[in-house]
Amino acid sequence: MAEQITDETIDYVSILAKLKLDDAGRERAKADMQQMLDYVDRLNDLDTSNVEPMSHIFPLKNVFREDVVTNGDGRADMLANAPEKEDDQYVVPITIE
Amino acid sequence: MTASKTAAELSADIRAGRIRVADAVRQSLQEIKEKDQDIHAFITVDEEGAMKRAEEVQKAIDDGTLTGPLAGVPIAVKDNICTKGLLTTCASHILDNFVPTYDAEVITKLRNAGMVIMGKTNMDEFAMGSTTETSFFGPTRNPADLNHVPGGSSGGSCAAVASGEVSMALGSDTGGSIRQPSSYCGVVGMKPTYGAVSRYGLIAYGSSLDQIGPIAGNVSDAAALLQVIAAPDKKDSTSATLDDYDFMSALKEDVRGLKIGIPKEYFGDGLETEIATAIRAAGDVLAEAGAEVEEFHLDLIDYAIPAYYVIACAEASSNLERFDGVKYGYRAENYEDLNDLYKKTRTEGFGDEVKRRIMLGSFVLSSGYYDAYYLKALRVKNLIKQSFNRAFEKYDIILAPAAPTTAPEIGKSLSDPLKMYLSDIYTVSVNLCGLPGITVPVGRDAAGLPIGMQMIGDCFREKTLLRAAYTYEQAARRTSEGR
Repeated sequence: MAEQITDETIDYVSILAKLKLDDAGRERAKADMQQMLDYVDRLNDLDTSNVEPMSHIFPLKNVFREDVVTNGDGRADMLANAPEKEDDQYVVPITIE
Repeated sequence: MTASKTAAELSADIRAGRIRVADAVRQSLQEIKEKDQDIHAFITVDEEGAMKRAEEVQKAIDDGTLTGPLAGVPIAVKDNICTKGLLTTCASHILDNFVPTYDAEVITKLRNAGMVIMGKTNMDEFAMGSTTETSFFGPTRNPADLNHVPGGSSGGSCAAVASGEVSMALGSDTGGSIRQPSSYCGVVGMKPTYGAVSRYGLIAYGSSLDQIGPIAGNVSDAAALLQVIAAPDKKDSTSATLDDYDFMSALKEDVRGLKIGIPKEYFGDGLETEIATAIRAAGDVLAEAGAEVEEFHLDLIDYAIPAYYVIACAEASSNLERFDGVKYGYRAENYEDLNDLYKKTRTEGFGDEVKRRIMLGSFVLSSGYYDAYYLKALRVKNLIKQSFNRAFEKYDIILAPAAPTTAPEIGKSLSDPLKMYLSDIYTVSVNLCGLPGITVPVGRDAAGLPIGMQMIGDCFREKTLLRAAYTYEQAARRTSEGR
């Protein structure tokens, strides 16, 4: 039996996902997620107790390089698409009074 | 219905001075003007940029600095690949004003090869979907029948090639997003081995699964385009170095001794009979040409989609955190504080399918569920990889359908997300295992909709796939001409 999705779970996940849900949206999200989890539950048919999680298909090694700047000052480019900017910085609402 | 000239022929004419680059670009613009009102393959057409670029390329060809096999060829680019100075939206409201200040590595490669970017193609929002209907800008229509979807998520790129608006395009493939729409539209599409093409500047969906690949009207053009874009890249830490980048040398009619396996499990319930027949007939063509073709058991196919959706959604939820209304893209207008700005921007900026996947991904990565869902899926991925490894001990190529049906009608897929996800049954394993796969047209169903076959190779065996695909294509062409 897959995990049962409650209102509390959906509210918690929407905080993590930084999405607002109205009442209809919450019900829809609950139903959608429940349907997917019921389906995904079949993964538990497989005994994986001796199987390593595989994040990458190739054995990747750390690639080291000298710690030198190669890309120059990209400030103007970085800010070019900012919705709001001032004095070469992003503008956001006040976070600390 | 593809462009009257192949990209290779067009470029040969351009380099020989028989056609000016500007005329080739004008011709493509004319095709787009005539057809795209109905098809809507493009989100952005860069008429001015393309004409300007045509002059530069012409000069470089005339003075002998540009000699490559695709110099002067117009190309379309999926709208999740960053193009400096050209709107790049991911078909999302949240990026509908985003103009990149840099080129993706593949775009640099296209420019170095002297190709002319005509514009940016429609797609499912953030490449999440199988029909190109989740685009913020409305659906693309299948050139073979305008009442049907082109598939997705690279539906715009495939439709642009199928309609002859351009002769080639770039797409991206996270769970089948090049191979499935190529099948629906009747074009050739290839997903290279993970790491063969740089992902630098590709707006990420599932980083461990995403690959950029070529879409073209025939196998030779697809090989030529792959040869332009495949290369190691220091800017992509998962980039791989191949032994051999001469993909065009694989274009030989020779499959003698090649071992081709057809998974029995791929021909069960849910696969349309006409498709099963067409794929088996394609297998017969390859067998006649000298390949050893047989059926075999491929394990664990029922677990590929659940593992894929857990992993893809987990990565998506993490990758899409960056869209918060601060650094780029859409910002909501009325908000109370920073957290409210984030939430409102994302809620208004993302479409339903993207939100659904972010929610599922956030859930499977959350504390308490991480082991049960995310790590479980990664363990199953390991088992699926082992299953494919066993298959490739016996076979050079796995021959399969690209999708269980031909292109569905517009408006029939989005109401049941799980059903839509299941249509990726033949394609997602390739991404989970990092394998190369190619779709080649093998005919049409009774309604006239294209059918594609998929060939899957072991990692870095692109040339084996291209050789088999080319052999099939040449044999099929002779058969149809002989009729």
